Amino acid sequence: MEEISTGSDSDYSSSWISWFLSSKGNEYFCEVDEDFILDRFNLTGLNNEVANYSQALDLITDTLDDDIQDDLRGSLDVQARLLYGLIHARWIVTARGLQKMLEKYKRGDFGRCPRVYCQSQPLLPVGLTDVPYQKSVKLYCGRCEDIYSPKSSRHGSIDGAYFGTTFPHLLFLVYPSLLPPKSGPPDFPGVVQNAGRESADSRSRRRMREELEVSAAASEGAGEGLSTAAVALKAERYRPRIYGFQVNEVAKLQRWQEAVRDRQISRLETYEARQP
Amino acid sequence: MEEVEEEAEGYTSSTPTSTLTWISWFCSLPGHEYFCEVTEDFIEDDFNLTGLNTMVPFWKEAMEMVLDVEPDEEAGKIPDVSIVESSAEMLYGLVHQRYILTRMGLQAMLEKYETGVFGSCPRVYCDGCNVVPCGRSDTPGLDTVKLYCPNCNDIYVPPSSRYQGVDGIFFTGAFFGTTFAHLFFQTYRELAPAPFWKPPSSGGSSLSPRSISSTNSQGSRQTPFVNPNPYGGQKRASGYVYVPRIYGFKVSERARSGPRMQWLRLRPESPSDLDLVDWRGRWIDDDEGYDEDEEEELEDEDKPMEDFDPDNGEGDEDAEEEEEDGVPEHRSHEAKQRNAALKRASNPGLVNSAVTSPTTSNIPQTPLDIATRTLSLYTMSPSPKSLTGDRLRMVLVGV
Repeated sequence: MEEISTGSDSDYSSSWISWFLSSKGNEYFCEVDEDFILDRFNLTGLNNEVANYSQALDLITDTLDDDIQDDLRGSLDVQARLLYGLIHARWIVTARGLQKMLEKYKRGDFGRCPRVYCQSQPLLPVGLTDVPYQKSVKLYCGRCEDIYSPKSSRHGSIDGAYFGTTFPHLLFLVYPSLLPPKSGPPDFPGVVQNAGRESADSRSRRRMREELEVSAAASEGAGEGLSTAAVALKAERYRPRIYGFQVNEVAKLQRWQEAVRDRQISRLETYEARQP
Repeated sequence: MEEVEEEAEGYTSSTPTSTLTWISWFCSLPGHEYFCEVTEDFIEDDFNLTGLNTMVPFWKEAMEMVLDVEPDEEAGKIPDVSIVESSAEMLYGLVHQRYILTRMGLQAMLEKYETGVFGSCPRVYCDGCNVVPCGRSDTPGLDTVKLYCPNCNDIYVPPSSRYQGVDGIFFTGAFFGTTFAHLFFQTYRELAPAPFWKPPSSGGSSLSPRSISSTNSQGSRQTPFVNPNPYGGQKRASGYVYVPRIYGFKVSERARSGPRMQWLRLRPESPSDLDLVDWRGRWIDDDEGYDEDEEEELEDEDKPMEDFDPDNGEGDEDAEEEEEDGVPEHRSHEAKQRNAALKRASNPGLVNSAVTSPTTSNIPQTPLDIATRTLSLYTMSPSPKSLTGDRLRMVLVGV
């Protein structure tokens, strides 16, 4: 929030970015560092995507002339949002951007997985395409590895291109220790109500996992960490029943799916066993 | 439903203070949208209530309240109206659990289902498939109501917290019960998605499309859909499975953060594929299984899977013994390494059959090949002060 004071007219006090971030419905966005926006290299190609590019950029960086017509200002605001979104998509896959989104993830700013067996696992925003005006933003759950639509229509109308297809997967690639456990409560319960025992529980569990990781890394010497080949076995799933009996066709499908799972696990274990 | 209304009118006349019956009042409360109206003659039939009187306190008073019968003796016995009210809710909920399993109840719920009262599946690739309420227990007080999606066969938390029973004394999962959702889709098979799915465009994969084009979905509706199993779901499933991508590249399953859960949503392309797995969940015939699998999630170089042998090895111990005995001498070093890795992985429940297969070691390893095709290791070098400082630098290290 340092750049709030950048505007010389201190009457308005807050920058365009902080106004944008604080307005309702924009809770998924994080703050892009001003340095990042001011580095033209990072904006390569965006002038083709955004009309009135330079004025929109001026608006974002609070350097727009005051004597601009009101009717232009309206359309400029739309362009500025688009530009900020596209910059945002690039920003959140940088080291600092990932860090900022990580904080939001830990707070549960992107909501929690609606799947019952994911036990309110925090979600991450993801786009289905990197091209704007195609698909709205979706939410990726690192536990069931599936994508869901946001609950509120405010969030459901955000362009997915402002987050990009890469972000959540890069986050877990860069921070493999953050990969959610496939069972048990999530690492960041976040919600205030169950702050007591549960968070202490998961904290100790996380510490344990980290310790395990360290020891595993030490023993292997490769820094590879724990194997995730067989984590899918821990995942719980729902089994439909009628008067306690499994439903034939669904049970058959679930057996098939679990056979596919087991085959992947043995494939991965064979592969890992071969690694020097 | 007509009957309900008739009876409702009949009863309202006997209670001049309110124009609504208790039942329709209860079902119209915010957060009670999932309930259907149980007909009064169902409640009046004692057979339908067998065993419930032991579960509901103030049984008689609760019955009178639900059926809008004026209580005989005023006050006196009843300590508090709110207690009777919660008893009435409990009674209604438990009767509701039984009613929605009857023909009329299923019909009433069908009407609600088709108007979308229960909402739709939040999972993107279920394509807005309508869901039904579902309990995880038939005993009241244990769990809130969940929503069952027939397409992904999974259960979800209702989007609004008002279905969580925060306002009520007890939770409502049991008021729908464990059976209803599944009996519903057995009864109305045309609403149940089939367990197999073929991607609409030929040569496409069942995994998530890069960008879903509208022509695809149109094409899928041209041919009428038939499930050869007459007792199975008769609706065309929404079968895409999400595939994570980094800069357009699929994340390799060999990466630590690679996909591990696609099986949960995967469907075979043809119904006969389901028969490739026996009742214990093992593959019956390897070859066919592999063909199909390679198309779906394997890259060409992932040949090692072909030696998967379902009849070989029951668990870790067997696996280790067999390896030590059966593996030729020049392979023994590799076998030891594999054993060590097996112990590290330590998954007692897993059948490590692939590892024990004697043909495993015959497959040539091509690490370079793998490294060029799979994205599994990155290092990041953040250097904030340089010109490109904030762009992420990624170096493919290889495997």
